[in-house]
Amino acid sequence: MNYKMMGRFVAQMLAVEAVFLLPPILIAAIEGDVPTLYAFLFGLVVALVLMGMLFVLCKGAKSGFYAKEGFTCVGVGWVVLSLVGCLPFWISGQIPRFIDAFFEIVSGFTTTGASILPEVESLPHAILYWRSFSHWLGGMGVLVFLLAIMPGSGFMLHLMRAESPGPNVGKLVPKMRQTAGILYLMYILLTVLDILFLLLGRMPLFDAVCTAFGTAGTGGFGIHNDSIAGYSPYLQNVCTVFMLLFGVNFSCYYLLLLRQFRSVFRDEELRLYFGVYFVSVGLIVWNLRGFYATLGETVRHAAFQVATILTTTGYATTDFDLWPSFSKAILLFLMIVGACAGSTGGGIKCVRVMLLFKSLRRNVRKVMRPKQVQVVRTNGQTVAEEILDNTNAYLVAYVAILIVSFILISRDGLSTGTNVSAVLACFNNIGPGLEQVGPTCNYAMYSDISKLVLIIDMLAGRLEIFPILALFSRTTWTRR
Amino acid sequence: MKIIVAGDGKVGAALTRQLTAEGHDLTVVDVKNHVLEASIENYDVMAVQGNCASMGVLRQAGAQEADLLVAVTNADEVNLLCCATAHYINPQIHTIARIRTPDYAEQGYAMRDMFALSLAVNPERRAATEIERLLKYPGFLKRDTFAKGRAEIVELRVDPGSKLTNIPLRELNDIVKCRVLVCAVLRNGKAVAPAGNFVLREGDRLFVTAPTDDLATLLKNLGIITRRVGRVIVCGGGRISYYLAHRLLKSGIRVQIIEQDRERCVSLASLLPDASVICGDARDQVLLDSEGIDTCDALVTLTGLDELNILLSIYAQDRGVPQVITKVGRSETLSFHDRLPLGSVVCPKDLCSSVIVRYVRAMQNQTGAAVAVHSIADGQLEALEFHVDETTMHCGEPLRAIPLRENVLVACISHGTKIEIPNGDSSFEKGDALIVVTTEEAAPRQLNDIFA
Repeated sequence: MNYKMMGRFVAQMLAVEAVFLLPPILIAAIEGDVPTLYAFLFGLVVALVLMGMLFVLCKGAKSGFYAKEGFTCVGVGWVVLSLVGCLPFWISGQIPRFIDAFFEIVSGFTTTGASILPEVESLPHAILYWRSFSHWLGGMGVLVFLLAIMPGSGFMLHLMRAESPGPNVGKLVPKMRQTAGILYLMYILLTVLDILFLLLGRMPLFDAVCTAFGTAGTGGFGIHNDSIAGYSPYLQNVCTVFMLLFGVNFSCYYLLLLRQFRSVFRDEELRLYFGVYFVSVGLIVWNLRGFYATLGETVRHAAFQVATILTTTGYATTDFDLWPSFSKAILLFLMIVGACAGSTGGGIKCVRVMLLFKSLRRNVRKVMRPKQVQVVRTNGQTVAEEILDNTNAYLVAYVAILIVSFILISRDGLSTGTNVSAVLACFNNIGPGLEQVGPTCNYAMYSDISKLVLIIDMLAGRLEIFPILALFSRTTWTRR
Repeated sequence: MKIIVAGDGKVGAALTRQLTAEGHDLTVVDVKNHVLEASIENYDVMAVQGNCASMGVLRQAGAQEADLLVAVTNADEVNLLCCATAHYINPQIHTIARIRTPDYAEQGYAMRDMFALSLAVNPERRAATEIERLLKYPGFLKRDTFAKGRAEIVELRVDPGSKLTNIPLRELNDIVKCRVLVCAVLRNGKAVAPAGNFVLREGDRLFVTAPTDDLATLLKNLGIITRRVGRVIVCGGGRISYYLAHRLLKSGIRVQIIEQDRERCVSLASLLPDASVICGDARDQVLLDSEGIDTCDALVTLTGLDELNILLSIYAQDRGVPQVITKVGRSETLSFHDRLPLGSVVCPKDLCSSVIVRYVRAMQNQTGAAVAVHSIADGQLEALEFHVDETTMHCGEPLRAIPLRENVLVACISHGTKIEIPNGDSSFEKGDALIVVTTEEAAPRQLNDIFA
């Protein structure tokens, strides 16, 4: 293991975090909110001191950075990032218990949006901003950001692979730095566009920025107790559209920029994503007839809720826990599917679901005609067997983690529906679940151990399981 | 520059390493997924899987906007078709193809027109040329040519009983009776920039800059016998052996080729009527003895197996063959080879990629950029050739007055046809060529970067 090189990357991640701690400090200073200001300054100092220590300790790192280092580095980096990021919450006293503060910031960075706060409107603006911003940074990834700005060679495919969602992470252009730069540029542009559309609907600037951060990262921390429900229908619709847009694979946008419209419209994952979306909306609208006053309102709520769950954002305009069981069942299914690979969303990802079903169909056919040679294809290209194997392994790990987490948190004695949806909502980075963790409730009633389990679930879900599993593997920490 | 490398084999990988290090945008194309996988994990490149001669794959690799295509797959025909197809997609593109089949060697110029090639590279023939150059001056382990072949940096070893043992460097010029400059000494695997009072020891390897015309004098005065090579044993009958034997026979040197495969022996014998082609296993000591290994002037190991070549060279050194040349296919282990008694080591893959890299540098055509870069002393030093032009600073000033960066040495100045080994009073003018030796890490790419 190249610990020194890993240390340097973690130090650089802390440097990024330190820079992004400055805006909330500014907000707290402008508002004259001294305790919050001190809390953020404390966080900044800790980040800088840790960074300095790591830089000094890891001087003279040798090159030699392989998959093992990449995966472990991403896992460790995210944990350190969250440990430092939760300090302002804890020190300011807004979240008095450390585990709760840690839960909150992990929920932020992993773009989950699950909160332990029963009430957010009384929080200082700096805290609200930091909560929402953690979504934005975590959405595209801290290391991808580092790769985009780091001067020099900065070539670390393993890092990008470990941090970006999807079974087959590729580059858009030959240079890693440019690829990361293009991704962030598109991400920033879309976010700015979102803010502009929200401002057009007369949303206050602070609300617009925070809501856009939550939408862009597909996070879901609201700055109001009723999430998005208090805003006008126009603003809700803007959110619906942008949530869907941020759930699309970003390489599609790059292809659009290159004017390769045909390959975008023929993209099988994109078709599946929108197919699942519209069918789900249709089914829920049908199931909800008579639930709301008008059809327009029904469609608006259904469209919003399906988008928020499918893209794993976790905003809400209505308490969908009150919906009929059929609609809730569909939402649970959507939680698992998730958004597209290469987007900021979580879940299994549409492309994996597609690959799993395609290989299932192949295996069924194989039973009938054992000698037939079959390959799995997407977008006219043969999918390598290795990717299929990885996808299958991913599903196994996914189910195993779900089951273990479910059993562990069931010790707290809450209802089964609550526990199942809590694990699903955290692991898939959604946020609100059903029943006692529904959109109007929060995660505060879970015990510390359960919270820790859910924290690990959120990190595992965001980093696609393996970097976090790697932290628990003995081979990671033994010498080669 | 945007460069497509078609074929991710040994040469492809070597090119990928060098060209990414120089900051180009690379796309690698190959049919095999696992080699591409290794490339994208080790280098900052993009990979496209597929047949590089197909239009779809070339488009996918971005041939429309690429500046250069290098086709180095193992099939000449694919390389040619690939270049022609790329040229059809993008008439502005430069194309380099590797052509190695001897059958096509005669039609090189015609093919350049037919397939729109900018450059055709034949690694085996280049390796043969290199080996021939080494055979011409026995005693040098490696020769790097600069200034259109007028100056060289040669590698010498201080052998037991050499005139150079325990001699301080400042007396070197008196011994060799011509002006040369020792730009580096490799002692115990570490490169040292020597001062005048540096005392040479047995086992040191010297890197000496000298005008090409003085090389013979240098060798003679060092007491290294410049007996003309009369008989060479070549182990292995591959393409390099053919090219080498062809050239050596032309200059009247007797060649014995030992090859295992009978059919290959027959075809070699018909291609090279003057050579003696022996069908047998070069591992067989009795065979080597009966072919006169004790009395031959040089032995060149050119079989397809690096391990076998290394073993044969060690054996030949042991038997006292005056000059041994070893071919290795993988240069990754070169640093380790240096500790073995292998004589000179030639790596066709590296020769080929350095030709291509030189072409890329010339394409960039920046004023003041290095026109040739040679890696010497196990890659611990770089020797660079620059052209002095109007943008160059310090023209006409004596060298001692010019502030140079640390670890930078002006090893040679070429004024037109005259080669000068510089001292403190030397100066350069516009139109001259400078050869600069520097440590690899700080290697400047622009001439003006060498000044402090």
